[in-house]
Amino acid sequence: MGRAIIVNTIRFILLIATQVFLLKNTGYYNLSVPYLYILFILLLPFNIPNGLLFLLAFITGISIDVFYDTLGLHALACSVMAFVRIIFISVTVQRDGFDNEPEPRLGIMGFRWFIFYALILAFFHHLFLFSFEAFRISEFGYTIIRVLLSALLSTCLILITEFVFYRKKVR
Amino acid sequence: MRNLWLFISKYNAFFLLVIFFTTSLILMVNNNSYQRASVWNSSNQLVGSTYEKVNQFSSYLVLGKTNDSLAAENARLRNLLKSSLFSDSVKQVQVNDTLLKQQYTYTVAKVINNSVHQKNNYITINRGKKHGIAKGMGVTSATGVVGIVLNVSDNFSTIRSLLHTETKVSASVDGNIGSLVWGEGNFDARYAILKDIQAHLVVKKGSRVVTSEFSLFPQGTNIGKVFKTGVKGDDSALNIQVKLDTDFSALQYVYVITNMLSNEQLSLEALNKVE
Repeated sequence: MGRAIIVNTIRFILLIATQVFLLKNTGYYNLSVPYLYILFILLLPFNIPNGLLFLLAFITGISIDVFYDTLGLHALACSVMAFVRIIFISVTVQRDGFDNEPEPRLGIMGFRWFIFYALILAFFHHLFLFSFEAFRISEFGYTIIRVLLSALLSTCLILITEFVFYRKKVR
Repeated sequence: MRNLWLFISKYNAFFLLVIFFTTSLILMVNNNSYQRASVWNSSNQLVGSTYEKVNQFSSYLVLGKTNDSLAAENARLRNLLKSSLFSDSVKQVQVNDTLLKQQYTYTVAKVINNSVHQKNNYITINRGKKHGIAKGMGVTSATGVVGIVLNVSDNFSTIRSLLHTETKVSASVDGNIGSLVWGEGNFDARYAILKDIQAHLVVKKGSRVVTSEFSLFPQGTNIGKVFKTGVKGDDSALNIQVKLDTDFSALQYVYVITNMLSNEQLSLEALNKVE
């Protein structure tokens, strides 16, 4: 338990720093913008209570917002993402597997499950992020293209990061 | 209560989502100028269009008031018009005809004072001696006979209206000549009485009543239409009630008729008295 807190805190700081200091300045003409920091919410343990999950997602979003100068926008997208995560995990993962599989990692859950998981969550996060950033319906076409391209880029980055820290679970 | 709590805890993810989503949204709208402006704009648009609809509806309710104010405005503007100002120049309708000699000329005058509810009604117009108006001239409007000039000053004249007990106009209906009076039994500004039509003559309702050749008006000037026959008068004769063409209560412009041959006629007739 204590180890999980330390690991997640370090991960939080690293991901926020990467996002704010590195990825903030990258992107493909504002059309495809990577948001790697959502990996923190993706990798939170399975047995985390819903309230704590929402709170951590909210804090993560607010932290990014502080640096991006968009207070509330990322927090909103992260809250939605936390909800989608709860739904997704309750649909695809058996509850009794929580004890020996603490975190939804690539090495543990398998490549296919993880890419699906990352893609869905990234899509919903980006959908709410970009549509509330645009805040109007008239730009919907442009927004949805941004959402799809950015979700692809973010998922790619998440997968790369996961491969870098790949750790095959020894059953 | 317990069931409610169970329900909330079962779907706690959704309620947490609502809480955090709303918090983020409030934070976002309050702290980002663009989103705040958007929210205010759209709500203002909504409020504005609602007010517009309500106003569209309620404007119907004050239509009467609006009409009144517009009419007052019209009157005020009309007063500023040139035609409202007193003009010294005489407007006379005159046609030069080499075949027929002109007998009647018309002078346009504006009614500046008018009454219809008295027993003897008078009209004042803004033309007088300067414009060639003299006592005894006939006055008509666009629709029919109005009266006879009674007194004349330099710039104004008073007219003894047809609605006067002493005004008598020689009128004819279907070629039968009688005299038109007003105020004998009725004081309605819309009707006059045609007397002295012989009783055996059948006069149809709706027949045209015009001035006869004996009147000081040009022959055939409109007066009105027969409204009712067989009306009992003071002298127990049967009279004809005539609906007047001219709306005396709304009289605006009148024409004063100058008979150019009247002097000749009068001087000739004066010779008869000398003998």
